Amino acid sequence: MSLETKVALVTGAGVGIGEATCRGLAAAGALVVVSDIDQVAGNRVADDLNKGGYQAVFMRLDVCDEAQWREVVADIVARFGSLHILINNAGIANICGVEDETLAGWRKTNTINSDAVFLGTREAIRVMKESGGSIVNVSSIEGIVGDPMLPAYNASKGAVRAFTKSVALYCADKGYPIRVNSMHPGYVATPLVSGALSRLSDSDAEAFTQRVLASIPMGRMAEATEIAKGIVFLASDDASYMTGSELIMDGGYTAR
Amino acid sequence: MKDELSVFGLEGKVAVVTGAGAGIGEACARIFAQAGAAVMVSDINLEACERIAADLNEQGFQARAMRLDVTSEADWAELKTVLQAWKNRWDVLLNNAGIYIGGMLENNTSAQVSKINQINIESVFLGTRAAAESMKLGSTFGHGGSIINLSSIAGLIGVPGHSIYGATKGAVRSLTKHSAVEFAKFGYGVRVNSLHPGLIETAMGDQALQDFVDIGVVANVDEAAALLKSAMIPMGRLGNVKDIANAALYLASDASSYVTGIELTVDGGFCAA
Repeated sequence: MSLETKVALVTGAGVGIGEATCRGLAAAGALVVVSDIDQVAGNRVADDLNKGGYQAVFMRLDVCDEAQWREVVADIVARFGSLHILINNAGIANICGVEDETLAGWRKTNTINSDAVFLGTREAIRVMKESGGSIVNVSSIEGIVGDPMLPAYNASKGAVRAFTKSVALYCADKGYPIRVNSMHPGYVATPLVSGALSRLSDSDAEAFTQRVLASIPMGRMAEATEIAKGIVFLASDDASYMTGSELIMDGGYTAR
Repeated sequence: MKDELSVFGLEGKVAVVTGAGAGIGEACARIFAQAGAAVMVSDINLEACERIAADLNEQGFQARAMRLDVTSEADWAELKTVLQAWKNRWDVLLNNAGIYIGGMLENNTSAQVSKINQINIESVFLGTRAAAESMKLGSTFGHGGSIINLSSIAGLIGVPGHSIYGATKGAVRSLTKHSAVEFAKFGYGVRVNSLHPGLIETAMGDQALQDFVDIGVVANVDEAAALLKSAMIPMGRLGNVKDIANAALYLASDASSYVTGIELTVDGGFCAA
């Protein structure tokens, strides 16, 4: 497991799975571009990695902005020569029933979780088709199974799952040395989950949490670092024959 | 932070690989040993195990050979005794041993079905039971562990000539999920996952190619390989044993600590299309 000489870009890297993934990629030897819409959080992760003797740099990126994708990837190529690994991780979640979802809320979730993955993947392929690469799209178990209280999130993550397969086949057909796979975490103790819960009443949050925990055979949520390890595996040459595949890490949730 | 990488290894762990005398099993035994595990290289062909274990020992890795007929309850019991005496540990089981029997379904016999079910399914039941009894928290060895069952993409999709083989691999997929959920629910600390290779360059892979010829899908083996590469496998190549062994290592190691009951497909994109 080594990512020496590889340049990796992680979106939504200021907290949670994104942050843990930056640490995992850096530990494996990659030069990590920490990107996030939140400059303070992103800079903190990059500074922390640099202090630990790893190579990391922060670049601000709003994943929904087409022009910013172009600038960030161009900047990476100009400064570091190429881009080998892209982790499309940025995402949001809102817990509510379909009857209470608004069109604006639906669009926001799908823009950040799905449209942005298209923008990032397209931009990365333009660079990687020459130098080779691995793209990991962070979907979710909610891209495979349904949850009654996550309609927009379910739709956006299902889109990521199917889009990943399409792009994997496209790159293979074109003979591009690019692997594209989707990662499907179950419930993870991250700001995304705690943030979504904080917008509910205490009793609703408690009920949601209990329902989720009862559905996880392992009986606990994941740590972000556990998810990051699966992402590092997919990013590395250890996953050399994997493309268009789904890697689930859910404590047995979808095996039930 | 280097600790974050050590979880991808198997330092201090004991791993058992069945059908380790050749092909994917041999590659897994070698990679597990290189990753730091003490490996029990087991196969019905003891000579092959001894050669591989000796080779690993010469390279400074820890390995031991054992004749294991995966369909024999007595052999699985014997394995536990041997492990107890050797390292008093058992952390990883790779249920890899298996056979391929092809042919058109109309020509398959009950005897063939009984044989392949025994070797490909019943063995996984026996191995999983033995490992769970040994690994579960509070038991003989009691450290928890990881069980990896070799299924196939033939356990996920339909392929001409693969009915009885594919049925065994579908059973392995299902057995994996049930045992994974049961062990997790009951706090065993034992993870169980299935690995689904596509067509891999091994003696068994050659058998499958020959079967496409025998049932009349293609004229010869070269044509079969060419057709697979050009029209069916997006990555345009057959898999090699290292592709599979690296994925098995991920599932065996603590890097997959939250992974149980999953299907890991390593097929060059075959099933994505």
